[in-house]
Amino acid sequence: MRIGVVTFPGSLDDRDAARAVRLAGAEAVGLWHGDADLHGVDAVVLPGGFSYGDYLRCGAIARFAPVMGPLVDAANGGLPVLGVCNGFQVLCESHLLPGALVRNDHRKFVCRDQPLSIERTDTPWTSAYVPGERVVVPLKNGEGGFVADERTLDELEGEGRVVARYVGENPNGSYRAIAGISNAAGNVVGLMPHPEHAIEPLFGPDPRSGTGGLDGLRFFTSVVEGLVSA
Amino acid sequence: MQQASVTADVEQPWAALGLKPDEYQRIREILGRRPTSCELAMYSVMWSEHCSYKSSKVHLRQFGEKTTDAMREKLMVGIGENAGVVDIGGGWAVTFKVESHNHPSYVEPYQGAATGVGGIVRDIMSMGARPIAILDPLRFGAIDHPDTRRVLPGIVAGVGGYGNCLGLPNIGGEVVFDPCYQGNPLVNALCVGSMRHEDIHLANATGAGNLVVLFGAKTGGDGIGGVSVLASETFESTGPSKRPAVQVGDPFAEKVLIECCLELFAAKVVEGIQDLGGAGLSCATSELASNGDGGMHVWLDRVPLRDITLSPEEILMSESQERMMAVVRPDQLDAFMAITDRWAVEATVVGEVTTTGRLVVEWRGETVVDVPPRTVAHDGPVYDRPMQRPATLDALQADAPTSDRLARPTTGEQLRATLLQLAGSPNLSSRAWVTDQYDRYVMGNTALSMPDDAGVVRVDETTGRGVAISTDCNSRFAALDPYAGAQLALAEAYRNVATAGATPLAVTDCLNFGSPEDPGVMWQFAQAVTGIADGCLQLGVPVTGGNVSLYNQTGTTAIYPTPVVGVLGVMDDVTRRTPSGWREAGQVVYLVGTTRDELGGSSWADVVHGHLGGLPPRVDLEAERVLAEILVACSRDGMVDAAHDLSDGGLATALAESCLRYGVGVRVWLDELCERDGIDPFLALFSESTARVIVGVPRSEEVRFTDVCTARGVAHLRIGVVDEAAEPTLDVQGLFTLPLAELRATHEATLPAAFA
Repeated sequence: MRIGVVTFPGSLDDRDAARAVRLAGAEAVGLWHGDADLHGVDAVVLPGGFSYGDYLRCGAIARFAPVMGPLVDAANGGLPVLGVCNGFQVLCESHLLPGALVRNDHRKFVCRDQPLSIERTDTPWTSAYVPGERVVVPLKNGEGGFVADERTLDELEGEGRVVARYVGENPNGSYRAIAGISNAAGNVVGLMPHPEHAIEPLFGPDPRSGTGGLDGLRFFTSVVEGLVSA
Repeated sequence: MQQASVTADVEQPWAALGLKPDEYQRIREILGRRPTSCELAMYSVMWSEHCSYKSSKVHLRQFGEKTTDAMREKLMVGIGENAGVVDIGGGWAVTFKVESHNHPSYVEPYQGAATGVGGIVRDIMSMGARPIAILDPLRFGAIDHPDTRRVLPGIVAGVGGYGNCLGLPNIGGEVVFDPCYQGNPLVNALCVGSMRHEDIHLANATGAGNLVVLFGAKTGGDGIGGVSVLASETFESTGPSKRPAVQVGDPFAEKVLIECCLELFAAKVVEGIQDLGGAGLSCATSELASNGDGGMHVWLDRVPLRDITLSPEEILMSESQERMMAVVRPDQLDAFMAITDRWAVEATVVGEVTTTGRLVVEWRGETVVDVPPRTVAHDGPVYDRPMQRPATLDALQADAPTSDRLARPTTGEQLRATLLQLAGSPNLSSRAWVTDQYDRYVMGNTALSMPDDAGVVRVDETTGRGVAISTDCNSRFAALDPYAGAQLALAEAYRNVATAGATPLAVTDCLNFGSPEDPGVMWQFAQAVTGIADGCLQLGVPVTGGNVSLYNQTGTTAIYPTPVVGVLGVMDDVTRRTPSGWREAGQVVYLVGTTRDELGGSSWADVVHGHLGGLPPRVDLEAERVLAEILVACSRDGMVDAAHDLSDGGLATALAESCLRYGVGVRVWLDELCERDGIDPFLALFSESTARVIVGVPRSEEVRFTDVCTARGVAHLRIGVVDEAAEPTLDVQGLFTLPLAELRATHEATLPAAFA
């Protein structure tokens, strides 16, 4: 079981995502932005960070990285892909996912333990959750407001493609409190909160939250178990 | 240079560059001629207060002199390098240092603060380490002053904007408001990095023929003369805008530079390395040469420029950010360049190490600098400036907050109201509005961060070995007695690290003071340095490095002496760390330490009466040392589940914070405490006596815990029990009951109301 973690210049949570992959029982394979080769991995994580400084528009330059060519093809062919935070932005810029992520409505960076409800559990990344399950996962972003036109939003809702929604106060002004979505097939998931920061006791959210502060781990065990049983 | 000998008597702008007449004269003596304009630029910037420590050097020597061999045992690199390095065991070393960026942040809050973070991070990188966390001690004017509204949001956004983009968790720091910082906010930034022992790198240029490589960002016109023009000058309320002298940061470039440097270190293609910060190329070339074989030849026209109109003087002085300088063996240059290419980092050979003992800089075929590098980097002027204990101090110390002068609350209702007033006061209210703008999770190693007593990060993922860091300073104490105040800052940071469960190991300090030309300020400075040096000697923890920031004043009014002290501690396993709040109902709460009538400089006197006078709380470093031993033993052996130090706002504030941490209440009784220590409930709640903590002890551990305290002869008393209820309260029996919901609402409203 080999899961690729892409490093762009300015990626920050790549080592964290690799740790999550390892703790979920798979081998983490580093993929370099400049290398147009997925090296035969079984799934890919696009990690958080500020690729290329996010100076133009978050994810706008990363989508043109050589590694994205084969990645987009493989994603369209069904390869499980998870984009977290900046990775979500890259997936939107690559048109693997609809909509866009814009500056938080309160104009400030926000870092907090975020309650979520997991709404779609038939994706390779969320199969280990129960529909409607409340989890707590760290959220940290400056440009995490999910926006799309009404038709797209209705389509996402109608097709059950909202993977996760913020519970309680909307932390960034995301339309319909959307925290994560998937493509139609479900194999590509974009998520603004950071499940890779809720995988080890005492290094994530308050250990009294959810499953001992480990609510993020099942994003990674989901894909590992799915690939094993496939 | 030929020109310089021909036109020996030409007027030079030494005064405008900040040099004193005798300093200029000394340069002429060193060179045996008048300096060229490039040399003048170089000397002026390197001999500025900020770079040369000319006023502070004579006092800072104490840090070295008062360090014993036993204290040096864990010290791998001491004062004088970019940052000190400490052995934390298991083959790991950490390097850490705190620095100031006060004046630039006043002029341009966002960029000033951002590049403050960037600068200290490069110091840590240049030791060979991976930066792993930052802390930011910040100080502002009164919360309701219009200028605080101007600078605070920008400074916080700058610290966050740069640190978040670098991928470094922000794990602590301070936000303090006091009118003394009105025209002169303090922006200090601390960075810690980790490395294996064998990866330590130093800033020296050795081996004739080795190449000097400049890499990172291009050189531009930003920050020219920033050091000498900004850091060494006092702000006047009028005068031209100084914005052009502030540097502009690019955190993305720095993030790439970090990864690039770590790969260069791993490939072992770096002989010596130095970051470019204050004084830019002037500093990097002269320090590398001075620390090494003593000679260097630089071709200045090879420096990649963002602005081709820059003069050679400007190139030498530019403080463009995100640049590093490495010394590389010629046979390793290709390997070096392959790595910088991979990260798309521009790298250029700009010079060569020589054995001539001279730093020679060439520009378009002409020699523009030819100096002995040591005279630039290390042998700058040293001043033993006049010192005078301020005459006003006696009156200030005599103005003690006694009960006949300041009305004290007595009834339960009054005590409750006082607690709430403190909990919502600018300095004791929740810092979440600030800290929620910082990423504390990135890297996945953060075991504690704000609002806990210390930040704790894991260094070794296999064993869980890690470090705890806290920075502290109560400048009101330092204003009353700078010697004691500095020791109290040390004691608090030391206690905070131990409260989190770590063994204190080393100290860094950022000494923020007024003008050294004021004998009163100079006396404060000397007192504070002596206080820290004596205190460190007594506690057995060495000062490994730090920073001095002088001229922090507006007009003739200096800030309170603000010696910010950072203490670093080590833990074998950070999962044993102790958080500041309790969670388990039924656990008992103990107060460790003795409470006296000590309210001089206290939060109560400040918040309720706007009063500053008397003497600060008594310093008892031996008591602090024993208390730390107990706390570390308790953490290691699982005897406490929560611990919180008592400092600003005393027991009342500590209880409130420990309740709010996880939203779990407590029932407290004070009768036995009052009887034992001969105090009343008001003093029990609001005195700021030192060497005290509260701890949450599981019932099963109570006997072991009390035995540990008794064996060390430390006063300890059960004062409460953790009380989980549907609607939790802070209940002080016989006096008042305060619902946590009400307490939280007050505690969390202040900063958003002022800045949102």
